[in-house]
Amino acid sequence: MQPIYDWFRAFYERTGINLTFIYDSFDRARMIKGFWLTIELSVVTIVISILIGVFGAWLQGSRFTFVRRVVDGFISAFRNTPPLVQIYFFYFGLGYLLPRVMDPATGAMAPVVTNFQWAILSLSLFAGAFNIEIFRSGIEAVPKSMREAAESLGYTRGQIYLYVVLPLAVRNCLPALGNNLVNLVKTTNLAYAIAVPELMYVSKEIWSDATNVREMMLTLLIIYILLVAILVAGLNRLERALRIPGYIHAGGN
Amino acid sequence: MTELAPSRPEPSAAPSRAFVSLRDVHKSFGHVQVINGMSLDVARGQTICIIGPSGSGKSTLIRCINALVPMNSGSITVDGIEVNGPKLDKLALRRKVGIVFQQYNLFPHKTALQNIMMAPVTVLKQDKAEVEARAHALMKKVRLSGKEASYPGELSGGQQQRVAIARALAMRPEVMLFDEVTAALDPETKKEVLFTIQELAKDGMTCIVVTHEMGFAREVADHIYFTEGGLIVEHGPPAEFFGHAKDPRTREFLSQVL
Amino acid sequence: MLRLRDAFSLPLVSASEGALRSWRRTERTGLALLLVVFVCSTAYSATTAVSGHDSIPTVLWRWAPLLLWGFLFNLIISALSMAVGTAAGLPLGIFQLSPNPLVSRPAKLVTQFFRNAPWLVLLFICVLLLPFEFRIGTLRIPFPDWAKAVIGFALPAMANVAEIVRGAVQSVPSGQWESAESLCFSRRQTMMQIILPQCIKRMLPPWMNLYSLITMSSVNASVVGVTEMLTITTQVHAAEGSRPELLAPLYSFSLICFFLYSYPISKWTEYLERKYQVKE
Repeated sequence: MQPIYDWFRAFYERTGINLTFIYDSFDRARMIKGFWLTIELSVVTIVISILIGVFGAWLQGSRFTFVRRVVDGFISAFRNTPPLVQIYFFYFGLGYLLPRVMDPATGAMAPVVTNFQWAILSLSLFAGAFNIEIFRSGIEAVPKSMREAAESLGYTRGQIYLYVVLPLAVRNCLPALGNNLVNLVKTTNLAYAIAVPELMYVSKEIWSDATNVREMMLTLLIIYILLVAILVAGLNRLERALRIPGYIHAGGN
Repeated sequence: MTELAPSRPEPSAAPSRAFVSLRDVHKSFGHVQVINGMSLDVARGQTICIIGPSGSGKSTLIRCINALVPMNSGSITVDGIEVNGPKLDKLALRRKVGIVFQQYNLFPHKTALQNIMMAPVTVLKQDKAEVEARAHALMKKVRLSGKEASYPGELSGGQQQRVAIARALAMRPEVMLFDEVTAALDPETKKEVLFTIQELAKDGMTCIVVTHEMGFAREVADHIYFTEGGLIVEHGPPAEFFGHAKDPRTREFLSQVL
Repeated sequence: MLRLRDAFSLPLVSASEGALRSWRRTERTGLALLLVVFVCSTAYSATTAVSGHDSIPTVLWRWAPLLLWGFLFNLIISALSMAVGTAAGLPLGIFQLSPNPLVSRPAKLVTQFFRNAPWLVLLFICVLLLPFEFRIGTLRIPFPDWAKAVIGFALPAMANVAEIVRGAVQSVPSGQWESAESLCFSRRQTMMQIILPQCIKRMLPPWMNLYSLITMSSVNASVVGVTEMLTITTQVHAAEGSRPELLAPLYSFSLICFFLYSYPISKWTEYLERKYQVKE
């Protein structure tokens, strides 16, 4: 690998295009760590937000008006406020109010919830709010007649939900869900603001040291576009695998 | 005076007497051959009906006549204008040929009167007052006086279709094409539209009507063409066609629909 | 089928019919929830506050006008971005539909690029790489940070508007194009007089949704140092001696401001969506 790195160093000397994150071992290590942290952030928030979506959609079907209202209020609060302010509120606002514990590694008092964990919490709640809506409309697009048919065949309410409604609902909302997850991946770089060392933060550190802003910006763009393209390809394969021949879902494409 | 057209291409079959002339038209969409060599002639003032099962190429043929759909080979001539020619003046062609669609296709954001007036004013740049007077006359002709200020959404299907006919007539065409214009209507409103077309034919307009309405075809058409599989299987005047159909495919189709 | 270009559209906003019924109470409940959070965090902060300092409500009352000025900056930035983005996105969307590939391919590329790129990165690019002033002859026009931020937000706005326009035009039934063509309308006349007027109603709900998103994103400008509500909040906090217990109330104040602004917009958007659906 060393010859490749040397080639890039020579490339810099020839053309002035400085890609330190390739030829410099320290920057390279930082970049790779940042990249993996972005991936970790994306994956964890996707999973948690989907869980929140499923759970919230189920709660929204509850018989108790109070429960429904609380869920609706939660969605409304997270949809109508800026995600960045949400992150700040959680990390700076609530973070202060929580107790501090002794960190065995450093011997100093550290907050009980790290900034990485706050970022995950905040972003998951934000995306989860949208997901609840998406799952809800997917569920409601399943015709009532199907539920009636299942009921007359003797299914219990839980069984109807699990075996009849959910499979169809998932296929209904897959495009909208895909959209939302892609947006989530792009939104993870807001964690930059609370010093989570993800891709954006690391890039800023590199360009502050090496003053190669243009190159780092371009690299960031390319990496994000590639990440998103991979996610979309994965979602497409999932959609194809789940496809029911001849089934046209409501409000579909 | 009827021009009987052969189904096989025949050189110089006195085409100058035919107002609309189709010769050996071929059209395919990808691998699907939709029109397999159709030829027919329509004299001025004649009304012809094209009938046949779905997918036999009727709608495509109509759209080839006014150059909405380009054909693969063959020739179409409308009053001397060669539709397949390289230097086709589309404006001149479409002024001569009016078309009414199955789905009416009225512009929903304009009133009935505005729908009729739009093209002559915007495209032909004719005087607005003159066009308006003509539009009112056309609304009267299709028996919709009083509905000038209604939007298409406020009119029934049959009324919308009649506005569509009036809109096509506003361009003063010499040939009118009708593409299954009553297929989307219920039986009550069908009659209104068919009556309008009948009156138009009586007034001397050259009409090419694609339809499923056998009763209408029998009464109004001067000549009937039966298509199947992209070809003209049989044709003839109504009495002969409905009474003594020669081809077994024609007889089978007629037995199903009559 | 999730095509690459569809993947980058905005998240779903409209609730289905069922949720629509409870929607009227929802906004009030959302506000109630935020207020509860606000009051609780304020109260808790108050209990942990060091005595001798001003109470939290006093502090907020003192600084509220300034914070609201900051909020106004956010609104101005997002309004300008939407204006520029819409003005640029309309022609871009129409170019995407051009039958001439020399026009449509670059238009599609530009749209896809600015839709796929993360908004924060675009913001950084604009603020860091655009010149700080323009020189025309001897005239020097300064190009302040907030103007660069406007451009930074206008770029994704433009791409999204282009997609909205393209989607709306493609949703007009092909019969309209056919009958216009048969009546001898040119492509330009058809687009201007027949297709686009029908599209405006279709475009309004997603456009309002986009405006809401841009307004929410305007706070990201604080990260690049543009003066707006969040930067002012930080300054206020510093002015009050950086008391940590002030942070939760201050940020909830911002949350409530944005909520109160966004609530009428999303309500109106839903009203428009319903109105449009009934007419069809």
